[in-house]
Amino acid sequence: MITSIAFWNILRKDMRNYYLKPPNISWGIIFPFAWMMMFFLKSQTPVDVRAVLPGVMAMSVLFGTTSMLAVTITFERRSRSFDRLLLSPISLTWLMLAKTLGAILFGIVNAFIPVLMALFFIKLLNIDWAIVFLSVIFIAITSTFLGLFIAVSVSEVFEAQTFSNFFRFPMVFLCGLFVPISQLPVFLRPLSYVVPLTYGADLLKTAINQNGHIALEISLSVLLLYSIILFLVSKRNIQHKWIY
Amino acid sequence: MQQNIIKVQNLAKKFGEFFAVDHLNFSVMKNEIFGFLGPNGAGKTTTINMLTGLARPTSGRIFINGMDYTANIKKAQEIIGVVPEESNLYDEMDGFENLCFCASLYGIKKTEREHRARNRLQQFNLTEAGNKPYKSYSKGMKRKLTIAAGIIHQPNILFLDEPTTGIDIASARQIRSLLKSLNETGTTIFMTTHYIEEAERLCHRIAFIVKGQIIKTGTIQGLMEDTQKEKIIQFSFDGVVQANQFEKDFRRYFSRCFLTHIRDSVFQVRSAMSLDLMPFLSFFDSHNIKVMEAKIIKPSLEEVFVNITGIERDVMKKEKEGGKK
Ligand SMILES: Nc1ncnc2c1ncn2[C@@H]1O[C@H](COP(=O)(O)OP(=O)(O)O)[C@@H](O)[C@H]1O
Ligand SMILES: [Mg+2]
Repeated sequence: MITSIAFWNILRKDMRNYYLKPPNISWGIIFPFAWMMMFFLKSQTPVDVRAVLPGVMAMSVLFGTTSMLAVTITFERRSRSFDRLLLSPISLTWLMLAKTLGAILFGIVNAFIPVLMALFFIKLLNIDWAIVFLSVIFIAITSTFLGLFIAVSVSEVFEAQTFSNFFRFPMVFLCGLFVPISQLPVFLRPLSYVVPLTYGADLLKTAINQNGHIALEISLSVLLLYSIILFLVSKRNIQHKWIY
Repeated sequence: MQQNIIKVQNLAKKFGEFFAVDHLNFSVMKNEIFGFLGPNGAGKTTTINMLTGLARPTSGRIFINGMDYTANIKKAQEIIGVVPEESNLYDEMDGFENLCFCASLYGIKKTEREHRARNRLQQFNLTEAGNKPYKSYSKGMKRKLTIAAGIIHQPNILFLDEPTTGIDIASARQIRSLLKSLNETGTTIFMTTHYIEEAERLCHRIAFIVKGQIIKTGTIQGLMEDTQKEKIIQFSFDGVVQANQFEKDFRRYFSRCFLTHIRDSVFQVRSAMSLDLMPFLSFFDSHNIKVMEAKIIKPSLEEVFVNITGIERDVMKKEKEGGKK
């Protein structure tokens, strides 16, 4: 009872204070919009739009979620309001889930902004929406927990931003979205398969363009495994660093 | 016999090779205001953090209501309220929202938490400020709201870390009286302070803490009696009175007392034994000296503190200010 009331109110507060605030909401829209424009304007044909859609969706989720956690966690940590949460009788696991659920939802919404935009250019037929949705959820969870991991590893908001770029840009490059993995230098290819985004992007490619090359179950399992590991490591970090 | 609500055994916190909290033993009794009085860096905040779940003890044990919570303070957090040294409320939210949010963290339902938030705002004279963003508050208002947030779930024990440091005198006075009435309605209070007067005015019992160690614990009266070696009575006379008018006779009558001229017609009588007022009054009367006022001078807690810890008041003040920039 205590946990559920606390959980929903933490989530609601984050939504109202951060996610639904004009700067963040517009950030959430403008960012995918900018990606989309960049690729769409480059694309000459409707086929191209469709080809880049999975990539833009995955990137929107990745950038949206990781940026938000730098605020909702690192910033609250700096201003000490995170201590108030640690002082309350909600367990650390539930507290972390409450703090991350908002970002996960934010990421899911972000993923569909490029889809809405694509509708202006092309007809979205022959898409397995159930798998799209499932993939987006999994990508949102994994990248949120990556953001969580980053947020609890640093102490300043700007460090969180820098540190997340350290992960984000190589991931975007390595995940096979814009440069197919088969065209990457040989020594980089194994790295592609370490990057969780590779699996998320592949899921979306399968769902949207039926051209993924990793089995659905494997991709989902890898993302799940990444989520669990990132969550547990982050929890351990909080326990050891913040409860000093 | 009063009951211990908190009991701490050999509590220690080590940072590297340095003991910030060096094996403390103390108890806080139910319904008392217990104060940690000590200079900056003594280990007060670290102790509070260990007792409330923000820091892990290096060694030692913590009992609350007789149960050992050392390994899992989280379980005791429902009955604990904490007011940290630095405010930890949300700048963007208004006073009312902040209180409601804090109440929700303890599982209090919507109608009840709104009811409580309104009552607390009223009690703390913040009703008007209730719908203004927290970041627009003055320091004193911020501290008051932080206290209101700390007690919104009606904890049995309230921890306050330097509750009046850095705020205006009027707010500080208001906070002290709020804490008193809170204590009278059954909340046990554990507070830290580096203001000697505050400890004296507010606390039932005090522990002097220096360099991570408790030097002495006791009631204000007990601490004073322990150190008071001399009894002092101060007389103020009517008109101009010179010492030589009665000094000689005085020595003869009261051979074990010392007479000191303080200023103008004010004199102090000191003695190692307890003093009775009457003999002095009749002595002065017989010398045609009119006594306007006679009062027993007690040592201040400050003297006691300096006496026991060897730390001068100025040092404490300066350290604090230095530490706070
Ligand atoms: N996280 C920490 N790491 C290292 N040293 C610390 C830490 N926290 C406090 N200290 C040191 O422990 C001592 C006690 O600090 P603190 O409990 O804040 O004192 P007080 O609250 O009495 O001013 C100080 O010397 C301080 O520098
Ligand atoms: Mg302190």
